[in-house]
Parts: sequence; structure tokens; C-alpha cells
Amino acid sequence: MEKMPKWADVVLIPLISLILAAILSALVILAIGENPVEAVNLMVTGALGSTYGWGYTLYYATNFMFTGLAVAVAFHARMFNIGGEGQAMLGGLGVAMVCLYIDWPHWSIALLAACVASALFGAAWAAIPAYLQAKRGSHIVITTIMFNFIAAALLNYMLVNVMRPPGSQDPATARFPEAVQLPTFQSMFSTAEEVVFRGAPANISFFVAILACFVVWALIWRTRLGYEIRAYGHSETGAVYAGISPVRITIVAMLISGGLAGMMAINNVMGEAERLVLNSTEGAGFIGIAVALMGRSHPFGVFLAALLFGFLYQGGAELALWTSIPRELIVVIQALVILFTGALDNMVRIPLEKLFLGLRKGVE
Amino acid sequence: MEFFITLIQVLDSTIRLSTPLLLACLAGLFSERAGIFDIGLEGKMLMAAFFSAAVAAVTGSVWLGLLAGIASSLVLSGLHGLASITFRGNQLISGVAINFLAAGMTVLIAQSWFQQGGRTPSLFGGGRFTPINFPFAESLGGVPIFGPIYSELLSGHSILVYIAFAMVPATWWILYRTRFGLRLRAVGENPAAVDTAGVSVVGLRYAAVAICGVLCGIAGAYLATALQAGFVKDMTAGRGFIALAALIFAKWRPWHAMGACLLFGLLQAVALRFQNIDLGGVVIPVQVMDALPYILTVVILAGFVGKATPPRAGGEPYVKER
Repeated sequence: MEKMPKWADVVLIPLISLILAAILSALVILAIGENPVEAVNLMVTGALGSTYGWGYTLYYATNFMFTGLAVAVAFHARMFNIGGEGQAMLGGLGVAMVCLYIDWPHWSIALLAACVASALFGAAWAAIPAYLQAKRGSHIVITTIMFNFIAAALLNYMLVNVMRPPGSQDPATARFPEAVQLPTFQSMFSTAEEVVFRGAPANISFFVAILACFVVWALIWRTRLGYEIRAYGHSETGAVYAGISPVRITIVAMLISGGLAGMMAINNVMGEAERLVLNSTEGAGFIGIAVALMGRSHPFGVFLAALLFGFLYQGGAELALWTSIPRELIVVIQALVILFTGALDNMVRIPLEKLFLGLRKGVE
Repeated sequence: MEFFITLIQVLDSTIRLSTPLLLACLAGLFSERAGIFDIGLEGKMLMAAFFSAAVAAVTGSVWLGLLAGIASSLVLSGLHGLASITFRGNQLISGVAINFLAAGMTVLIAQSWFQQGGRTPSLFGGGRFTPINFPFAESLGGVPIFGPIYSELLSGHSILVYIAFAMVPATWWILYRTRFGLRLRAVGENPAAVDTAGVSVVGLRYAAVAICGVLCGIAGAYLATALQAGFVKDMTAGRGFIALAALIFAKWRPWHAMGACLLFGLLQAVALRFQNIDLGGVVIPVQVMDALPYILTVVILAGFVGKATPPRAGGEPYVKER
């Protein structure tokens, strides 16, 4: 017997967790002597009050969709991929190589190539931890953490010693040629009379991210591989009994996860910065954890949670601009969301289950 | 002679840089030996670094700062215990949350209290741990070989350095020579057996998590009040994760943990001093030294150089049989 209806599990628990996180965040804002209501107002106007604000919100949301999907796919195979940050860094390296070293006639072909390259680089970075988990039983959480640091060192080396243009002091690659610049929302949606999304970094990758949500949904719930991944995630022994190879599922799920995290680079590296800089990922790989937890590892949930975090990111930047609240408030909110939707899940779940059981008894 | 002086200097800075790693590593050792994985070492250190520096800056007393650092780290430990022991949540996710909580809260509070862009005022005088000079360190400094080793390398560190290294035999003794230690190790391997013997699994695990909090607190306080003079944003700089790496490298054993921390401290000291190392034509870039602790840990984890087996019940919440 189900302990509670499905809608409660999918909607109610994340919602209550979110409300708890919001209440605590409001208390934090109060404690540092600011007004939480005003803060929310500022965030809403800053992030959603103009096409410019939306342009940033959707830009951040694009990053978080890719990294959120990456964590979600791994979750389905009951693996915790903390390495999204490193995989996204490597994805950036792949994008930079494709954009700098090959002449592209048109951005659309370059985008396709960049998608492939970023996914390949991201997947390659996930491949070693995946292999070690599958074949040698090395804990994937620890190895992916280590690979984040190794990726940071590798990127640092590549940017300082190899890819930095001569004469430049900045640890960054040269600017990508104009031919590979992706269309921004400004160029896509502005009309002759009205310019919208002026100067905002949202670009065509947003639609690639939405496409990725659909593809992941189809993969997980409509293909044989997706079934095998979910079966393995639910019960390893059950999956083995059904003839599913744990080694294969572990490696394949991690490759897909790493590939998705890597693909984030088409947004932040190719779409926004148009060159590869140090720390281009800005922690988006870690926000993917919060996004996947909040979205209950479902692509639609990930989409919604990514929008929420996009809003928080842009709103937080506005707050830092107009008040004395630093941007780190977002990090606190992110921590609280991870805490309540992830680690303290049972704190919300157990009383709710009791409540629903009690209700059912009352009806019978 | 030139070489010898350089060597002493590098080793001296190795000891300084190893200390926070060692404290955090032993902290993780207590927690993980009791079956509670802790990837929140970094966050606890960072929180303690901030509160120790903040309180030391306001009161002018480094000892009050140390207490405040330990207390703040204990609060996060309590949170980790609540999530992973009481509510049987995912210990790894809880650790991730704690890391972010510390990274955000420290800057938020620092900005609110001091308005210096997320740092504390610089500490001076009684606000810092001062070096302890061994007897005759001054006069023995001139003796060849032995003199510099005694007066430069061994003498002249802050009290926390000596505490950290004294914690190694203490940890060994607690774990392997006391009843508490036996039970603590047992609860990490087979909690059901401990429960059957009538000893509280929950109590033991909370005790281990609390010890972990105290040690992380000392590690953080050392960073902000002894190694450096004040708190700056993200000052732990991944040390919590290097400590975690050292713990795996040492296969969850105290003396080996000291060895691993000294090795990783040496790598940091060398990277700090030499940047790119030229070995007769082959240049080792500084980034290799940065990445080496992590690479070594992956190699160890892969089991190519001896297998690293974590405590058997690690990461699993204990559900009492009903």
C-alpha cells in the first residue's frame, strides 16, 4: 500500500521543503538587518520585471537545466555525480577547441559541432570515475570530487600555458571568431520598433536545453536503456537478476550525465563569454545538485527548478547591487534547498505520511 | 649549506600547512570510523575560521576566538548528525549542504558585522596565536645541522601545531586502546552488533560527529588566527577535501593520516615556493603539484596501490530492528 498519494510525494514535499528554506532565508535576511519583503520585491523586479531581467534569468536557467539533468540522470541509476563542475569545465575546453581551431561557415553548424565536442569532453571526464566505480568499486562521490579539482588544475594549465594568446596577461583564450557567435534573444526577438532583451546573455542554447529536457525524459521513460537505468537504481540485485549488467549501466549513465554537464558550455562559453576564461562555470555544476533534488530528478521538475534558481541568481545579483546583502545569500538559499529537499527529506516526509495514513483511517 | 637552509624552510612551511589538514583529517577519521561519511569538513573549517577570527577581532582574545570557532563547527556537526543520524538522510548530500551553508553564511555575516567585503579585520597582538619558542632555541641556532632543525623546524610554531601532532597518538590510543574506541570502530563496521550488545548506536555516532566538530573547529581557528591573521572569503581553499583525500590515502588509520597530511602539506609547500619546477629540461608546472593530492587519491581509490576499504557501514543510516 502506498503511504500517501503520488501528488503529495511529487508536489507537496518539495513545496514544503521550499517553504521551509524560504522561511529560514527570510530569517537570515532579517538577522542581517534588512527587510525580507523588500528583498523579495527587489528580486522579482530585478529578475522578472523587464526583458533584460528575464534575459539573465533564462541564461542562468539554461546552465542549471544542463547540470540539473546531469545530476538527475545519475540519480536514476542511484549514483551521486558531484563532478558536474569539472565536467562542465572540460566541456568548455571542448567548445573552445572547436570554436578556435576550426573555421566554421555558419554558427548553426558550429553549434552542432560544439554540442558534440562539449558532450564528448564532459563524458570523457566522467568516464574515469565511472569506470573506477563500475570495475573497482571506488566511490563515485569521492572520485568525482577529486576530478573537479584535477579539472580546475588542468584548465588552469591549458589557459595559462597553452591556449593564452601571445602577449596577453589574462588566463583566457582568444575571443572566438564572429562566425561562431550564437544568436542572442536580443537578435532573435527584437522587432524594428522595439528592442527586447537588450544586452542580456540569454541565447539560442536555452532551446537546446529544453530539447535536452525532452530527450532525457524520452530516454529515461520511453527507452529500454532508460528502463534498465531505473531498474538498476531501484534494486541492483533485481536488475542483475533481470540480466542487466551493472558495469554497463554505471558507465553509460555516468557518460550521459557527464555529457549533459559538459553541454552547459555551449551556453556559458560559446553563448555568453565567447572565449574560455578561468572559473567560467561559476559553481553551476553544484547548483545542478539542488536543481535535481528539487525537481525530483524528473526533467520537467528540473526545468522548473532551473527557472527558480535562474530567478534566484539574477535576483540575488540585483540585491547585491541595490542593498548591502551580498550575492552569497544565494549560496545560503541553495544550501538550505539542498538540506531540506535532500538531507532532511525524512523530516518532512515522516509527519506527512503519518498525516495521510491518519486521514485514510478516518475515511474508512 | 644554501640547499640545507632551503630544505629547512620548506619543511618548516610543510609543518605549518600540514597542521590544518591533519586536524581535519583526524576529524574525518573519527566520524567515518563511526560510519558517518563527512564531506562537510571544508564547511565546518570555514565556519570555524570565520567565527574564531570574528570573536578574536572583537574581544582581542584568541582563546575566546578558538572557543567560538569550535562552537560554530559543533553547530554544523549537530546539523549533520540530525540529518544523517536522526532523520537517516543521505550523508553525502548533507555534507554538500553544509559546505554551501558555510560558504554563504560566513560572507553574509562578515559583511553584516564588519563591512569589509566579506572579511574580518586583521588580527594582531592577543588576537593571534603566537609562536612558542623552545628553551635554548636562540642559542642553539648556531650549531650546525642540529641547530636549525631544533630552532627553525621544531621550535617556533603556535600551540595548535603541537596540539595537532599530539592528537595523532591520542587518536590512536582512543581508537585502539579504549572501550569507547572499540565501540566507535564497531559502530562503523556493524552497528547491529553494537546495538545487540546494548550500546546506543545513535549516542556513539553523535559522539563521533561531535569530536569531528571539535577538531574541525580547531583546524579552522588555526587557519584564521595562526596561519593567517584574519578571515577572508573561502579561505579554506579546498583543504577540507585534501584532508578527505588524505584520510582515504591513509586508509582511515591515524599514523598513516599523519604521513599523508605531511606529504600533501609538502606538496603545497613546494608549490608555494617554487612555482614551476625545472628538472634538467623537463619543467613540472605548478598545476601538477596542485592536482597531485587528488590524483594520488584517485590512484589509491582505484586499488592499484593497495586497496582502500572504507568502514563497512559507512554512509548507511542505521535502522533499528522492530
